[in-house]
Amino acid sequence: MLDVQHLQKKFGLIEAVRDISFTVTKGEILGVLGPNGAGKSTTMRMITGFLPPTSGTAIIGGYDIVEQPLQAKRLIGYLPENAPLYPEMTVTGFLDFVAGIRGYRGAERRRRVESGIERCRLEKVRHQTIETLSKGYRQRVCFAQAVLHDPQLLVMDEPTDGLDPNQKHVVREMIRSMASEKAILISTHILEEVEAVCTRAIIIADGRIIAEGTPAELKARHPSGRLDEVFRMLTRSAAEQTVVRR
Amino acid sequence: MKLCSANTWEIFKREFRAYFESPVAYVFLVFYLMLIGFLTFFVSRFYEANQADLKYFFFWFPWVNLLLVPAATMRLWSEERRTGTIELLLTFPVTLGEALLGKFWAAWAFMTLATVLTFPIVITTTWLGDPDLGAIAGGYLGAILLAGAYVAVGVWTSAMTRNQVISYVVALVVCLFLALAGWPPVMDIVNRWAPSWLVSAVASLSVMPHYESLQRGVVDFRDLLYYASVIVLALFGCYLVLENRRTA
Repeated sequence: MLDVQHLQKKFGLIEAVRDISFTVTKGEILGVLGPNGAGKSTTMRMITGFLPPTSGTAIIGGYDIVEQPLQAKRLIGYLPENAPLYPEMTVTGFLDFVAGIRGYRGAERRRRVESGIERCRLEKVRHQTIETLSKGYRQRVCFAQAVLHDPQLLVMDEPTDGLDPNQKHVVREMIRSMASEKAILISTHILEEVEAVCTRAIIIADGRIIAEGTPAELKARHPSGRLDEVFRMLTRSAAEQTVVRR
Repeated sequence: MKLCSANTWEIFKREFRAYFESPVAYVFLVFYLMLIGFLTFFVSRFYEANQADLKYFFFWFPWVNLLLVPAATMRLWSEERRTGTIELLLTFPVTLGEALLGKFWAAWAFMTLATVLTFPIVITTTWLGDPDLGAIAGGYLGAILLAGAYVAVGVWTSAMTRNQVISYVVALVVCLFLALAGWPPVMDIVNRWAPSWLVSAVASLSVMPHYESLQRGVVDFRDLLYYASVIVLALFGCYLVLENRRTA
């Protein structure tokens, strides 16, 4: 479903992402782990077509995001970091706008908005403006926006960041509920999240993939059998190597 | 490129409604109309002139628009960049050109609404005397086209920054240049050092001759071409700014 091929991104002299390749198939939830500033968000922004890669590309359902951006974007649902939304719009108004942009008209458009509201449990706040909502509700509105067109690929950048445990639970339930019919890509720096929802994970540090495997395989890499020890071991050595190279 | 695709229409509707979803539109429209009214009746002494002529009324549009059009456009891209919603907008299956045009049409439509709402002054004049309706129609067409040129400049400057104040000030300066380019005191300064071809080039950028000729009720193709060129150039500049920000 998603085939990432040698993605690279330079911002001036800084190389944020260096040669990242991986695939995600339908039914899989791939976690992208890494410390802050490792290049997770930049990678996701290139996959979703927001940033053009310096070299390399991503193929989504057979469409190249660089060459055929419109066709590729139709297959993607994207939840950007911090769930940006238009603050002055109401929840219903915003989802109606997204449905229109996604090409739905008339009864189908209303049906999509209603099912989004229902699926993300937004009935209580549907007529409120987005600026009056709590962080958890905003995250769910942005989530509703991302799955409104039932995308084949769902890309989420830190979907549970800044949420309380109950809200995290709700978001993870929503992710798991649609895992079977989609390919899902989640970035996070919260390790428990990988164990809670992901079928496979890659660890990125300093713009490179330094480890890949199922959560169980990754845990086996450290005698303690704990994911945070593995994470610290791998990302610390990558950081040290960078210092030595410079 | 299509001037109004389905996507452009959706973005147009969202942007146009956004003005009315906050108090901005109402505050803006009230001040716009009060300012035009005040300048026409009290500064230009419309009643004392004792003529059923709207020349003094149309005289003020370039100056009122100069102050208020940048206020209506400063939010368009800068706010998207500040809040990060630009990341949503540009990952929807929409081209950059469609998004840009939707925003431009929405801001221009809003300014057209503000312009048209000055109609009570026209009714007053028609009731008091017998003004030249052709000249009034021409004057309004000129005012709307002028607003379009200013709006295009404002859309461009709003893409340059995530700060609305900077966006406002830069738009104001560029529009002020368009308004003053042919004015003798300004041309005297340019004359002192610039070669003559540059002087005439600067003078030809001025919006005023085109605005005034429409006020006389004459619709000249060259005036329309001038406004179209300013709009197309400013929007193209905006496109480049946004495209460049993505690849930087």
